[in-house]
Amino acid sequence: MAQADAATAEGGLGSITQDWSGDRETFHVPWGKAMMWIFLLSDTFIFSCFLVSYMNVRMSTTVQWPPVSDVFALHMFGADIPLILIAIMTFVLITSSGTMALAVNFGYRRDRARTTALMLITAAFGAVFVGMQAFEWTKLIEEGVRPWGNPWGAAQFGSAFFMITGFHGLHVSGGVIYLVWVAIRVWRGEYEKQGKYEIVEIAGLYWHFVDLVWVFIFAFFYLW
Amino acid sequence: MAQAEAHAEGQQHPLSVYFWIWGLLFLFSAFSYATDFLPHGALRWALILIFMFLKAGFIVAIFMHMAWERAALIWAILGPPLLLLVLIGLMAVEGDYIWLTRLESFLQAS
Repeated sequence: MAQADAATAEGGLGSITQDWSGDRETFHVPWGKAMMWIFLLSDTFIFSCFLVSYMNVRMSTTVQWPPVSDVFALHMFGADIPLILIAIMTFVLITSSGTMALAVNFGYRRDRARTTALMLITAAFGAVFVGMQAFEWTKLIEEGVRPWGNPWGAAQFGSAFFMITGFHGLHVSGGVIYLVWVAIRVWRGEYEKQGKYEIVEIAGLYWHFVDLVWVFIFAFFYLW
Repeated sequence: MAQAEAHAEGQQHPLSVYFWIWGLLFLFSAFSYATDFLPHGALRWALILIFMFLKAGFIVAIFMHMAWERAALIWAILGPPLLLLVLIGLMAVEGDYIWLTRLESFLQAS
């Protein structure tokens, strides 16, 4: 915020025209952070296209939609608990978001050991999430769910499910690799030399976004 | 520690903020899951959406630090997705129309 004019430092509508007017830096953040936000904005539109097309096929089919909460039930403790696997996956992802937020905080405090440890824990939770998703896919494929049909109702269920959760799972897998890579560089002290701990925050933005997308998938795909 | 030096750069906030939000996210996720035990209807939809937007808001505002960014960045990132409301509206109308058309055509065929 050091570059911002004192007159508009407090923010508000006036600060937008100030920041966007010509010949000066618009976003008073490191460029990598602005770029990550713009990438996430484009990703928002991709996931929105998937979710909106899912809404469209679900509204337009005349066949009954499969009973989602029974489809994703697990037999535990002698009873079928609806949607339990998805609930656990949600908690795993939220836990990882919390550890990531702490990693960013310790990064700015230049606590390399804690930052590295917390990022690796975050990546481990991400890997657990992907593992549970692989289990879920295997279970559904064994039960006969295909992109073109399933035993319980509207054929569009399979294609929407594999497309949406698959694309999200890819994002989580990519995020795990990204986090491990940044964690190693933090540990080796690469950012110490350059004093660039915002790299951890940028990685954190990506990770929180993956959690954010899951919030919407959970609401629209699993709870509808 | 390097507290004073670190405070001058980047997004530095007390840890308690994160622990609070973390706890609230857990709580609202539990509430979200609980809506699955409600019968389908307006109440269930309302609760699903309320908890969804609360969780999304906390993640973006606090974990992604949007609450502490300047308005130029906030509106550049959060403004464009508002256009999606138009797409959602159009596709909902379209979906309804296709549903009616299909019903009509299937009834005539049988």
